Amino acid sequence: MSATDPQAQFEQVVMPHLDAAYNLARWLAGNDHDAEDIAQEACLRAFRFLGGFRGGNSRSWLLTIVRNTAYTWLKQNRPQAVVILGDEELSEIEDPTAPANHSNILHHADRDVLRAALEALPAEFREVLVLRELEGLSYKEIADVADAPIGTVMSRLARARKQLQEYLVGREK
Amino acid sequence: MNCQEMNPLLHAYVDGELDLMRSLEIERHLKTCAGCMAVKRSLDSLHSTLRHNDLSYSAPASLRRHLLAEVGKGSSRTQPRNSTRWFWQWLAIGAIGFAALTLIFRPTGISERDRLAEEAVSSHVRSLMVGHLTDVASSDQHTIKPWFNGKIDFAPNVKDFVAQGFPLVGGRLDYLNGQTLAALVYKRNQHTINVFVWPAKTPKSETAESLRGYNIINRDVDGLHYCIVSDLNAKELTEFADLLGN
Repeated sequence: MSATDPQAQFEQVVMPHLDAAYNLARWLAGNDHDAEDIAQEACLRAFRFLGGFRGGNSRSWLLTIVRNTAYTWLKQNRPQAVVILGDEELSEIEDPTAPANHSNILHHADRDVLRAALEALPAEFREVLVLRELEGLSYKEIADVADAPIGTVMSRLARARKQLQEYLVGREK
Repeated sequence: MNCQEMNPLLHAYVDGELDLMRSLEIERHLKTCAGCMAVKRSLDSLHSTLRHNDLSYSAPASLRRHLLAEVGKGSSRTQPRNSTRWFWQWLAIGAIGFAALTLIFRPTGISERDRLAEEAVSSHVRSLMVGHLTDVASSDQHTIKPWFNGKIDFAPNVKDFVAQGFPLVGGRLDYLNGQTLAALVYKRNQHTINVFVWPAKTPKSETAESLRGYNIINRDVDGLHYCIVSDLNAKELTEFADLLGN
């Protein structure tokens, strides 16, 4: 019965990952109110697409929908806030292989400072860090959610971490 | 391999994404290269800073409520009223057919292990869904352990692993594998880990598998069987299983 009842299926496939869905929406939207709208729209979309879910990793599946919903929603409702950079522009921001001052191990960064630092990152960097460091997704899962090759995920992650470290180290001085 | 080529691999190394051969290669390089070692330490430091500050946001209760209400409306609308009778008749026929098939195929269809994994995952999902994660919410092992006294006829080993990043959040009674048992609940960041504990009957080998996006690890420790279920990645869940076993 549970396999055919859409409501039961929703409770099995979508609801367990609601925190993860909201967390990603919150980090992409930047505030509680928009995040709730986005997460709700994404979950209802997931409900309509349940028939297309063929088992497997339900968390990645839902997060993919959240990410797509978030960018569409933000483009429509907060057009000034969305700056999507291409990988070429992103690559001009940072060269992760350039020598950096890595001797500074972070000791004192508190929660507010860390949140501000993450929020200051370009969306493409922020989302890979959130998916990796906060949600613990594998590279393969991040590549699926962000619809990018694994190599791109790796380079974004390396750049994002370097930029975050530099921001935090800059603040400690 | 030089340090330039090493950098992207260092990230994959600290993220546990490299195979054994590559990992060993990186470890050899780190022993001889202070520069890369410093980069590796700074990545570890960033990782633990992010982890210990718990930067994740949890879904508000209003979102949960709205969704369940919307979905409830949605699914009743999908059945047109005049076909309701037909729907139930076909459902009854289907159910009888399904029951017959189950009886015929059960002996060979699903192995004991698969059934247990399926039950464990369902129980894990249920515990998250119905707001019934814990009967006794406490991070104090001396509160949780006595709570089980008289409710079950064995004493689960209750330990807090907060220092290792797996805080104990509570325990509850659950029903799995045809018996009442203890479920211990731990957290890893936003991930919930359910540990189902019951007396081990026959010596079983240790298993690790995944089902519907959840990882399941089975361990026998001191005559008790521990079935660990979470959406946490396999590497960290194994770390956790190793802690339980010690």
